Amino acid sequence: MKLGRKLLGDRDIELFIGQVLRVGVVTASSIALLGGIAYLAQQGAASVPDYSQFTGEGAGYTSFRGIFRGVAIGNATEIIQLGVLVLLATPILRIFFSLAAFAVERDRLYVVITTIVLGIILVSMFGGLKI
Amino acid sequence: MNILIFSLILLGGAYLAGLLGSLTGLGGGVVVIPLLTLVFHVDIRYAIGAALLASIANSSGAATAYIKEGITNVRLGMFLEIATTAGAVGGALIAVFTPVNTIAILFGVVLIFSALMTIRKKSEHAEQTGSKLSYLLKLNGSYPTPAGEVSYKLKNVGGGFSIMLLAGVLSGLLGIGSGALKVLAMDGAMRIPFKVSTTTSNFMIGVTAAASAVVYLQRGYIDPGIAFPVVLGVLGGAFTGARLLTIMNPKTLRIIFCIAISFVALEMIYNGLHYQF
Repeated sequence: MKLGRKLLGDRDIELFIGQVLRVGVVTASSIALLGGIAYLAQQGAASVPDYSQFTGEGAGYTSFRGIFRGVAIGNATEIIQLGVLVLLATPILRIFFSLAAFAVERDRLYVVITTIVLGIILVSMFGGLKI
Repeated sequence: MNILIFSLILLGGAYLAGLLGSLTGLGGGVVVIPLLTLVFHVDIRYAIGAALLASIANSSGAATAYIKEGITNVRLGMFLEIATTAGAVGGALIAVFTPVNTIAILFGVVLIFSALMTIRKKSEHAEQTGSKLSYLLKLNGSYPTPAGEVSYKLKNVGGGFSIMLLAGVLSGLLGIGSGALKVLAMDGAMRIPFKVSTTTSNFMIGVTAAASAVVYLQRGYIDPGIAFPVVLGVLGGAFTGARLLTIMNPKTLRIIFCIAISFVALEMIYNGLHYQF
């Protein structure tokens, strides 16, 4: 990544983005697998909750704070949700990298387009919903 | 049934769904929803949450290989993601006010449409003249084929963009990647070669699904006990499917699977009409 040589080629950036996606998925599924094994070890013998009735999950599973608190004390279900968070973060991270890549290429049009996409996702994340 | 057995059966089922989704080209997420609702009697909202995650995992996992081959049109994907993410957030917001039976019926209809789309004839035709907008937005590109690099141009950018908006809404509402509709927008309306359409569609699914999944996560649609077997199973199945596809061309198999999945879709519609969700 030496500046001055001819910045980063389009192709290098695309390949890098591909790597980001792969690493994200592998990390997320490894965390989910670990959490899943711990979950089965802790609660495997209990009977299955009634999934035919939708009750919605509590704050422990649906907010950053709740998930991290659970992970800190080693709760298996929250570890799985952490894997879910990493999985959700992967494509969002990809957009960040695309944005940086277009900025490096001084492609103003695509910097704007990518910012719009990122904006939509961030609004849906933080748009007055519980965090 | 205890949790251990339930999880293992679900893992196996999700693996088969991922395999089937990969071989048919429908995507694992779309197959896992009827499995969860019709076989395991899981509420469709939990099924949607898990299926969205499976779609993200599949899309991100497969994208690496496609990008390496240089088929994916990253600029086009990025531009169309404006439509799909806006639609997906909208769809996820409408979902709260939509009765589950309506969602099930709509899901069945989209599933049949998707199955029809995968068995229809594919055109690998590359247009040589593009519309004004396609030059302005730098959407035209080229991709490698056995006969060498082929360049292609785009038509009807506005039409494609509108279909993408609809694809986004359905993705957010039903928790699927709606790859079939994305492909329709690209190779039907914008006249992009089929291979570029499918890989670019796959590339976009992760971002589209993530846009609505964050809404679903906060609404409590994502249950860890369902999420982990489904994500791991579908991902594993899709991986096996991708391997199998390199050594065989399951044309007949694909038609059989698509007919089978249409019957499943009919059952979803039937149950939806009889308020059984």
